[in-house]
Amino acid sequence: MLGGSTKRRGWGFWAQLAFTLLVCGFLILPALLSMLAGITVNFFQGPSSGLTLKWVLQVFELYSDTLLLTLGIALACLFVTLLIGVPAAYVLVVRQTWMTRLVEEVVTLPVAIPGLAIALALLLTYGGVGEFRRSWGFILVGHVLYTLPFMLRAVMAVLASIDVRTLEEGAASLGAGFWTRFFTVVLPNARSGILAGSLMVVTLSIGEFNLTWMLHTPLTKTLPVGLADSYASMRLEVGSAFTLVFFVMIVPLLIAMQAMSRLERRARAVRPPVERQAERAEVGERPLEMPR
Amino acid sequence: MTLVQTVRTPVQLQGCAKTFPDGTRALEPLDLEIAGGETVVFLGPSGCGKTTTLRLVAGLEAPDPGGRVLFDGQEVTPLPIEKRQVGMVFQSYALFPNMDVAGNVGYGLRVRRLPEAERQNRVAAVLEMMAIGDLAHRRIDQLSGGQRQRVALARALAVQPRVLLLDEPLTALDAALRERLRVEIDGLLRRLGVTAIYVTHDQSEAMALGDRIVVMQQGRVAQVGPPRDIYFRPTNRFVAEFIGTMNLLRGSLRGGWLQLPGGRLQVSDGTPDAVEIDYLCRPEAVAITSPGTTTLSGRVASALFLGDRTRLVVEGVGQQPLVAEAPGRRAFRQGEEVGLQLDAQDLIRLPT
Repeated sequence: MLGGSTKRRGWGFWAQLAFTLLVCGFLILPALLSMLAGITVNFFQGPSSGLTLKWVLQVFELYSDTLLLTLGIALACLFVTLLIGVPAAYVLVVRQTWMTRLVEEVVTLPVAIPGLAIALALLLTYGGVGEFRRSWGFILVGHVLYTLPFMLRAVMAVLASIDVRTLEEGAASLGAGFWTRFFTVVLPNARSGILAGSLMVVTLSIGEFNLTWMLHTPLTKTLPVGLADSYASMRLEVGSAFTLVFFVMIVPLLIAMQAMSRLERRARAVRPPVERQAERAEVGERPLEMPR
Repeated sequence: MTLVQTVRTPVQLQGCAKTFPDGTRALEPLDLEIAGGETVVFLGPSGCGKTTTLRLVAGLEAPDPGGRVLFDGQEVTPLPIEKRQVGMVFQSYALFPNMDVAGNVGYGLRVRRLPEAERQNRVAAVLEMMAIGDLAHRRIDQLSGGQRQRVALARALAVQPRVLLLDEPLTALDAALRERLRVEIDGLLRRLGVTAIYVTHDQSEAMALGDRIVVMQQGRVAQVGPPRDIYFRPTNRFVAEFIGTMNLLRGSLRGGWLQLPGGRLQVSDGTPDAVEIDYLCRPEAVAITSPGTTTLSGRVASALFLGDRTRLVVEGVGQQPLVAEAPGRRAFRQGEEVGLQLDAQDLIRLPT
């Protein structure tokens, strides 16, 4: 970008910058205000009434179990999607038949179907199984259905880009059986996809509302549902404090996701083209030696 | 201490055919014996079955029922690749990005649970042999194409394979590097004496590397033989036309003379007289002289100066224009009359 900084910028640049900042401000302002409201003594008097952590503490008192349940469900969801998603992605990439393509499409469907519809289907089918209906496992099932495609996609993309089939053939030619290959070659090289998928799954699970709202019971509530709850039934400041807590949890995950994809892009950029003129000289300068 | 050892394993293919699940016949039943320590090159256009054959030997594909693969006289047909102890170099190298160079080269030894110390020794020896000892701790994505190629070879050799299998190992490299690595691989194979099967579509690679070349076409073996036989004594039209440039001389044969539109040529193979007969000749076998001094002449249609030689297209000799190569400094004009000389031994006659 050297050329850009030395060149005089025209009015077009400044107009664009102003517009971009305006849009950003428009979008970010509500979030900032909401978080500010969460630490304001009285929202209707504004920040001049003083700042306090009272509301945040109240949220923790009222909703600490919701918080734990949310994290629990997110981690359980991650565990299940890893357990199903990674092997499934492997099979879908390695065996390309009409059947695997069909499975791929079917598994992707929940992304396109509204969460409410999935929830309704789950309620219709398993709503009668009381124990299950009342447990957080019911919500977990919904979350797994909803997040699995994201895990699958992320892992499949990486496996396809590294040509996992040939890598495996290479490992097999060196004497590695299936499980050795899977754990020493397939999994380590799919790591970036697995990580990206994991962050995605956790983030989606923590933030999921549609499905969860339909599936929850008063005893199985997650953060977004609790958020809706507190906005509906409590002081605005408590609801806002809730938003603040939610932000603090989710933003690091989002940043981690961004960093992951940047790292991956850089790793790809570093990889040199198969042949490079300059390095031709390097190869073949030293003669091969006789085997001793 | 010998760290880089080789075994000279004879390989036999008996009635190996391959039909893919979609019904494509990739390989017609093939019988082939490869002597221990021999380098055999499978050569042919894409889709001729050469890679399929290599994968049959490797154990990456199973032959159709009835086909057998033998190493050193023992049947290995039911064994998957990981039990065959082969070394394989892939076209894309298939190096593991999650390991450094030493990790890649030592992988086969780690899988075989070789003691740590011995493993390190062996890896060091192989890296040294391939002159890439200083790259031991580089990541794969930090290597150039030629370096990757060497790592792939080192990795395949580290396990002391019974057979070394190379699937178009130089195709991903540029021309100059390809040339140099070809010489190196040739030297390596000669010194190690390992049984090697090399697949390529590049005929000069095949000529330079093979003790024997198996020319393949549409799932069949077109000809098997040493490079000189393949070049000078092709047994069928496909081989004659696939390898190098070949001129067709069609004429009638009378009393040991081949009669052509541009004159006549003496033939010494004792073929009986015929109204129409085909002979073949290589461009470099045709000597260009002054007109009137030879029994055969033609007219220069085009002359392409290539530096070390001039490639001429001569008309009026046979029914088709004839390609000839003239060494030296002489310049040719279009339309110029030239005399052509051809030794009887350079006339190739395809068996009928």
